Amino acid sequence: MSKFRKNDGKELPPISTASLPDIVFMLLFFFMVSTTMREVTLKVKMRLPEATELSKLEKKSLVSYIYIGEPLPAFQKTFGKAPRIQLNDQFSTVGDVQDYIIAEREARDEAEQPFMVTSLKIDENTKMGIVNDVKQELRKSAALNINYSSRQRVER
Amino acid sequence: MAKKIPEIPAASLADIAFMLLIFFLVTTTMDVDSGLRRKLPQWAPEQLEDDDTQINERNVFVVLVNKNNDLLVEGDYEQIENLRERAKEFMANPYNDENLPEKEPAELPYFGEVMVTKGVISLRNDLDTQYGTYLAVQNELVAAINELRDELAKTKFGKSYEDLEDDQQDAIRKIYPSRISEAEPKGKI
Repeated sequence: MSKFRKNDGKELPPISTASLPDIVFMLLFFFMVSTTMREVTLKVKMRLPEATELSKLEKKSLVSYIYIGEPLPAFQKTFGKAPRIQLNDQFSTVGDVQDYIIAEREARDEAEQPFMVTSLKIDENTKMGIVNDVKQELRKSAALNINYSSRQRVER
Repeated sequence: MAKKIPEIPAASLADIAFMLLIFFLVTTTMDVDSGLRRKLPQWAPEQLEDDDTQINERNVFVVLVNKNNDLLVEGDYEQIENLRERAKEFMANPYNDENLPEKEPAELPYFGEVMVTKGVISLRNDLDTQYGTYLAVQNELVAAINELRDELAKTKFGKSYEDLEDDQQDAIRKIYPSRISEAEPKGKI
């Protein structure tokens, strides 16, 4: 029995923290792998519509985003409450869409250009007028693969 | 006497790792981007646009959405819940109904000689339609075609459409083509 009672009467040894960094690194790697970098600061409010026939956007590097929605309260003084288009980090007009698509295309490898997808993140209360204008611009700039970003609807 | 190299203190390593962890927690997002994939038609100059008069009346499934988000399907009011069934009936035309689209024979791998529908779904919306409604309608139409494909895949190959080989999927896609045409909103609805 004496084998197990060596430290009898003495104080407890401190808990070793040598493995703590390993644990934290494990957490860190988990988050690095499972999340994506936030690319732009959103300036518009969006509540995405719900749908069931979803497909995932596979290659993030081939996706360019177009946001449409009501400006956030902080910007409503200058930009009003009507839905606006946001490209990259700034408010834009319909006329800027073509330039944006061309710039996005230039930034990609030539072999990858046919697989580019434009993800439309549009608030569900937006009127179709502005959406249609954007779609026409996308057709003009031959960016035909689009993805209407939406949330998964739970089947009733 | 060999001098002992002092051990490097590792106590602060945890703090450094925590700092990195918190940085990643703040700057990244967890949400997976998913959505309804569609393909836009090629941009056509104005004068080429009026060729849809060629299509026979019975081959077109007309869906109109007005500014109050009401649906008009083939001339009568319809609830969005029933749209999927209507679209499926239209695309499949199981009893070769006179009012539903014609079929034409085609030679396809795996199926041999089959009748392929000539149906086209035409979706038109008002400029003031809400995007949410528009997407719900699109979703129902895509769902109708996906369900038909899946049913066919199950009866023919005993597997769901997603698990099929590429050329099997191609054959099924030819039988139930995803022909949803979106006319530009013009004039009154």
